[in-house]
Amino acid sequence: MPDQRVVDPEYLILEAPRERKFITGSQAFAEAIKRANVDIAIAYPITPQSETMHLVGDLYAQGYVKDYYRAEEEYGAMSAIAGAVRGGARAFSATSGPGLLRGLEAIVSWPGHRIPAVLGVMTRVVNAPLSIQPDNVEISYLLNCGMIVLHAENQQDVFDFTLAGFVISEKVDVYIPVAVCTEGFFVTHAKGYVNLPPEDMKLPPRDPYKAPVPPTDCEIPPARIQRDAPVQKSNFMSYLIHAVWQQEIWSANQRSRKWIKHYLGGLVEVVNPDAEVFIVASGCAAAQGREAQRYAEMEGLPVGLVKVKSIRPFPAQEIREILKKAKAVIVPEHNIVGWLAKEVKAVIPNSGIVVDGPRVYGGMTLPVELIMEKIYEALGVKKAKKTVV
Amino acid sequence: MKRYNIRIAGVGGQGVVTSAHILGNAMSAAGKYASLVPFFGSEKRMAPVEAYVRASDQPIYEVGEVVYPNVIMIYHPQVITHGKSYTMPFYTGLKENGMILINSDADIIPDEDKRILEELNARIYMIPATQIAREIAGTELATNMAMVGLFFGITRLVEIEHIEKALIERFLGGTFVASGGTTALDSAIEKKFKKKQELLAKNLEVIKYTLKLAEENGWVEEEEKVAT
Repeated sequence: MPDQRVVDPEYLILEAPRERKFITGSQAFAEAIKRANVDIAIAYPITPQSETMHLVGDLYAQGYVKDYYRAEEEYGAMSAIAGAVRGGARAFSATSGPGLLRGLEAIVSWPGHRIPAVLGVMTRVVNAPLSIQPDNVEISYLLNCGMIVLHAENQQDVFDFTLAGFVISEKVDVYIPVAVCTEGFFVTHAKGYVNLPPEDMKLPPRDPYKAPVPPTDCEIPPARIQRDAPVQKSNFMSYLIHAVWQQEIWSANQRSRKWIKHYLGGLVEVVNPDAEVFIVASGCAAAQGREAQRYAEMEGLPVGLVKVKSIRPFPAQEIREILKKAKAVIVPEHNIVGWLAKEVKAVIPNSGIVVDGPRVYGGMTLPVELIMEKIYEALGVKKAKKTVV
Repeated sequence: MKRYNIRIAGVGGQGVVTSAHILGNAMSAAGKYASLVPFFGSEKRMAPVEAYVRASDQPIYEVGEVVYPNVIMIYHPQVITHGKSYTMPFYTGLKENGMILINSDADIIPDEDKRILEELNARIYMIPATQIAREIAGTELATNMAMVGLFFGITRLVEIEHIEKALIERFLGGTFVASGGTTALDSAIEKKFKKKQELLAKNLEVIKYTLKLAEENGWVEEEEKVAT
């Protein structure tokens, strides 16, 4: 391991020279952890997350991560993350599908307990029948707990979102956890080009006293809230404390917008803003959408792409503004429920323009051709289809 | 934009996945773009295997299996004759103006399928790849190399040195520095290394042969023939 020097986060994330590498999504997670000055990583293995946490274990062996262990299972892993972070450590964990759902009770308590941490979510099927393929319905289970939820399109996003995730998460005016979600296998086990800053640089260590509610002792929040839950007081105290506390969590979630803009260039990325038909997509579906947008442009069709990088906070204002003049909005997704389509419909006044789908589920591939079909439909383009299906 | 969405179908033991890596690495060595789709199934010898590669001179965004290929590579005649394929018939999803590269020493496409492929304006290139591998490399294990050579012979996406670089990366490992002198290596490693080098040389010979074969047959692709 090279000697690492602490550099300013602004420099490491935004300015440092970068070198292009051809690596998998799992490696991209590990490269981010390598430079994030992580104190402890705790996880329980599950496909397709295992490879990432294996690589993080290697980083521990090499000295990049100070402590590392395999927890008893996900509930234990996610609870231990809360404990480590409460103790002042910078912590990372990752999980997939059923593992995420097993750890969910602990995870959804992180924001309220003001736990700044980064959780990698490598999606996989959660419902029966069992499959290990990258359906992403599990992301919808994270949307209402107050944490920041980012959705990475490719290996580059995985690296950028994870590294910046620690910094955003620990901002005093944010101080809630960040989930970096991406599709298992499609991103984690496939190689892509990633521009990496030098590996002899790392983020400054976490300063636990730089916090909205600094940990002093167990008599003062946030420790007090966990040690001596308000439910043990009167009902009145219980709901009052919960109400003000959760209001603050969701305000913190909103306040992260400026940092997501600062470090990640915005909550959305827009390609061809003057288009008539837009593809709105996140994660891998955004990659498929980007390909469809390119083909549409080659065919001279007025199609744009809105890639949603941040699902929480949701870019409501941005999407409303971009889609103001849109004739149709296509939302390709890797799940059966269409959680992103619902989010988009909820923030625009004319939700009827949203085309439901195309959707694939069970983790199957989302062919660009399916998106093209919806584009042709929306624009009234008649195409003789000769493809043998 | 040159863009090839390739589906490779063969049987277990033929090096379908290995050749997908070599295709991708050669593109990368040429400064172009390729993406591979890892396929996790329970492959075994002589059971169907599929691999997917996207190759282009432009960045590739999409991920996942290639459902609608414009190139299909068949490494074993049984893919067609015995239906040893995840996607039946073997040309399922083939786009118009695409191409099919088949390893066979006899015409094995049924007339009915031929009619459909004609309608799709598909180009079909058939070579006895296993026979070529056996004759030149002395092993049918180099069948996949013959097919790689044929693909690059037709498409001319990369130069021979890029393919060689990809082979070195695959068989000798990217980090091994041969110029560092092999005297320092103990004899076991040296022997292994020598064997690997021979393997590499033979594979390269097979590739060169089918590259030339494509040229001799006038199969080299013109720019405008590329299907998108």
